Amino acid sequence: MTEPMPYADAVTQFEPVIGMEVHVELGTASKMFCSCPTAFGAEPNTQVCPVCLGLPGSMPVMNAAAIESIIRMGLALNCSIAEWCRMARKNYFYPDMPKDYQISQYDEPLCVDGYLDVTVTTDDGPQVVRVEIERVHLEEDTGKLTHTGGATGRIHGADYSLVDYNRAGIPLVEIVTKPVTGTGALAPEVARAYVTELRDIMRGLGVSDVKMEEGSLRCDANVSLNRPGDEWGTRSETKNVNSLRSVERAVRSEIQRQAAVLAGGGRVVQETRHFHEDTGQTTPGRSKEQAEDYRYFPEPDLVPIAPDPVWVEELRASLPEQPSVHRARLAEQWGIGDFEMATLVNAGVLGLVEETVAAGVAPDAARKWWAGELTRVANEREVEPGELGVTPADIGRVEELIAAGSLNDKLARQVFEGIMAGEGSADAVVEARGLAVVSDDGALLAAIDEALAVQPDVAEKIKGGKVQAAGAIVGAVMKATRGQADAGKVRALLLERLGVSD
Amino acid sequence: MSSDIERDLIHQSAATLAQAIAEGETSSREVTQAHLDRIAAVDDRVHAFLHVDAEGALAAADSVDARRAAGEELGPLAGVPLALKDVLAMRGIPTTCGSRILEGWRPPYDSTVVERLRAADVIILGKTNMDEFAMGSSTEHSAYGPTHNPWDLERIPGGSGGGSAAAVAAFEAPLAIGTDTGGSIRQPAAVTGTVGVKPTYGGVSRYGLVALASSLDQAGPCARTVMDAALLHAAIAGHDPRDSTSIPDTVPDVVAAAAQADVRGMRIGLVRELSGEGYQPGVEQRFREAVGILENLGAEVVEVSCPSFDYALGAYYLILPSECSSNLARFDGMRYGLRAGDDGDRSVEQVMSITREAGFGAEVKRRIMLGTYALSSGYYDAYYGQAQKVRTLIRRDFDSAFAQCDVLISPTAPTTAFRLGEKVDDPLAMYLNDVATIPVNLAGNCAMSLPVGLAPEDSLPVGLQIMAPAMADDRLYRVGSAVEAALQDRWGHLLIEEAPSL
Repeated sequence: MTEPMPYADAVTQFEPVIGMEVHVELGTASKMFCSCPTAFGAEPNTQVCPVCLGLPGSMPVMNAAAIESIIRMGLALNCSIAEWCRMARKNYFYPDMPKDYQISQYDEPLCVDGYLDVTVTTDDGPQVVRVEIERVHLEEDTGKLTHTGGATGRIHGADYSLVDYNRAGIPLVEIVTKPVTGTGALAPEVARAYVTELRDIMRGLGVSDVKMEEGSLRCDANVSLNRPGDEWGTRSETKNVNSLRSVERAVRSEIQRQAAVLAGGGRVVQETRHFHEDTGQTTPGRSKEQAEDYRYFPEPDLVPIAPDPVWVEELRASLPEQPSVHRARLAEQWGIGDFEMATLVNAGVLGLVEETVAAGVAPDAARKWWAGELTRVANEREVEPGELGVTPADIGRVEELIAAGSLNDKLARQVFEGIMAGEGSADAVVEARGLAVVSDDGALLAAIDEALAVQPDVAEKIKGGKVQAAGAIVGAVMKATRGQADAGKVRALLLERLGVSD
Repeated sequence: MSSDIERDLIHQSAATLAQAIAEGETSSREVTQAHLDRIAAVDDRVHAFLHVDAEGALAAADSVDARRAAGEELGPLAGVPLALKDVLAMRGIPTTCGSRILEGWRPPYDSTVVERLRAADVIILGKTNMDEFAMGSSTEHSAYGPTHNPWDLERIPGGSGGGSAAAVAAFEAPLAIGTDTGGSIRQPAAVTGTVGVKPTYGGVSRYGLVALASSLDQAGPCARTVMDAALLHAAIAGHDPRDSTSIPDTVPDVVAAAAQADVRGMRIGLVRELSGEGYQPGVEQRFREAVGILENLGAEVVEVSCPSFDYALGAYYLILPSECSSNLARFDGMRYGLRAGDDGDRSVEQVMSITREAGFGAEVKRRIMLGTYALSSGYYDAYYGQAQKVRTLIRRDFDSAFAQCDVLISPTAPTTAFRLGEKVDDPLAMYLNDVATIPVNLAGNCAMSLPVGLAPEDSLPVGLQIMAPAMADDRLYRVGSAVEAALQDRWGHLLIEEAPSL
């Protein structure tokens, strides 16, 4: 296997074209064509009936809530909503499909021609990229196969396979972008920003819980490369991309892999590829060199979907605030600019900051912790900041302790470290680790006297009015108390001791 | 009447039996037992049944008798036995569709038709033979051997619902349920001297009817009198929320129409394209006599032209195989029915392939292949697409004909019952049996076949087809019962009473 090309070289020699296919499992109470429940994690094959098992004679009936959800999604993505369209059968044999066809949409999607503006950070500041949406359509999910035995966990080589049809028939919305060109080295960030924005919109609409780790939001990333001025190259389709971070990594790694293949005179194979979280690499899956013939035709068991335009306008009028508008409003409330906002979004902490502010923490403090220390640790540990174990309530408590003077920033970091290590609440960590600002005036005055005795020349300077020299003494006191003192308080006591004022 | 009933329970109409049960002249158990005895006596020669549920039938009969004794008000068919085509799901009772691939499958649910029959206290005797998955016009394509025509055991009983028609004609049941995709209720009715109705598409729920061609299939009544058919039609028809293609409007009062039996002032259209070449002389003769009867009864008969009907057979044999190739995909050996070739080493795909090879008969395979081809990328527009256009033209032909006429008429089938084996190796000759019945399925309106005499050359029954607009099913009964009454006056009895006693 060819070594991947260094990223900077890859995007210098080649132009990436990306495209995203995102599947969102709708959070409807019942399945798309029957009344079975949709809750995640039930015992296998307990949420099934003749319809979602595709038993002979059973017939689908469209879930009206699913139609409403997809229309709201289409509107939020600036799509046109079809006034009349039909479901179609996609025919292929696979044991995870009870009917050996999937009810989907083909040439008559419900929502078409939308767009989504996403913001990425560049050296020149935030940049807005418009991602055009080709179509948003409705389809049913398949069952879930578990392949047992064999080395790969895939169907080939398995001893046997188990099927859980609980997922079969859960409504899925597929959102397909048009090819996104001209993003150059930013392609991986654009991909991530797009999926992030999409997730936030879906969450705002309340149509899905959009949990990538549970598969309620799934992303396939298409990547091709071409030399500047050439036709677009052959694309690969990377699946198994289960986090926002992976979206970016998968696109980056595909760019590096394809660049190496092309630079070596090779040819990119049209295929699906699987992304591996552990290695950050993709491996080949099913070849798509020969297009499969799905023999689509209009689903005769369902009547056409013809949403009343008046109803569609009512849905449009009742859409929640768009994330971009929401962000502008937050930026104004928090008194921050585009750059700061883009930083929060790209770090994936905007929602966390918002929740923390809602928990009563000052916006600056909430931003400082999430975008600073916690993002740094998350990057170091290669996880999302939300997965660190620190909650908005924890930050609220730490800020209270700081305001009360019993913690300072340095100690606060140690409190978060303890929370992330699973040592319990902020108070529990403070207690267990003995983290408290030394506030006993007597102890501090003793330390100050000791420091002044060591540096008599500094003491003289301060007395002579050079107040800025106080820093040296404060530093010494802080060192002596191993950081457990409130620097402001030390400074005030020092000045009082020497009989000077600011 | 009382003495007749005692003498001969099996030769009575359903209406008479229901009344006798209601008035306590006989019991549902006695009636049911009489029919079970008749089945035991003749069905080894007729082979109308694939499964007889004597225990279930008698238990249901006892329940009706008990409730009647308790003074409960029961419906107009309460306690009357019925034979159910083996294409309708009935909880716990084998449902094979005449195929090896479903051998041993017992549905865990009731079709809506069965639910309504139970609600009407109709006693289901068992499941009747049929061409495999309703593909055929002779019942010779059943995997379980052919059904024999009670008029001449060497001849076909029609198909696909030959079992239901033969059960009624052989006095094994006063009522039966058939399904009609291209004539499978009407053509068997014609060749067995019985009455059969294909209701308006969407008039009777398809939920639980194992689909052949979803846009064409429709369940309907088989009986020996028009009034019996009307009573059964009324019992099973009506909107069903589990079938999206079910019509929400109220079903016209077919029982009142059957009682009305008056054609005075009606305009009746004789379809020019459904006569002439290919129609047996005796069939045409009896048809012309029926036209004379209608005129004598005060109807005006005019000739109408439906030029697109010439293309109906061709369009039908593209649409039906296309839909059936998809509908029958689910029979893959994974979840129910036959599984062949699973030796522990073979792949899923191999087992599916071997199962379908072993489980499907030649006619089913032929149509699956035709349909798979017709839906293939690159051929879809030329075949499936064109066929849908023909369908629109046929609908327009009906529209303009019904703008001039209340109902249309034709012979039901071009010939009387042919000999078993005569056409089994000539699919095209077999398909031509349905040339007069297919247009109604393509357009979605309704039609009836009723007996109008024996062809002089072979002394076998001839059927008159009456066609009415969608949701005007009542007109079929109004015209049909008038013709039936006139013929009964002429002969002094129903035609079926001339059938051999077996």
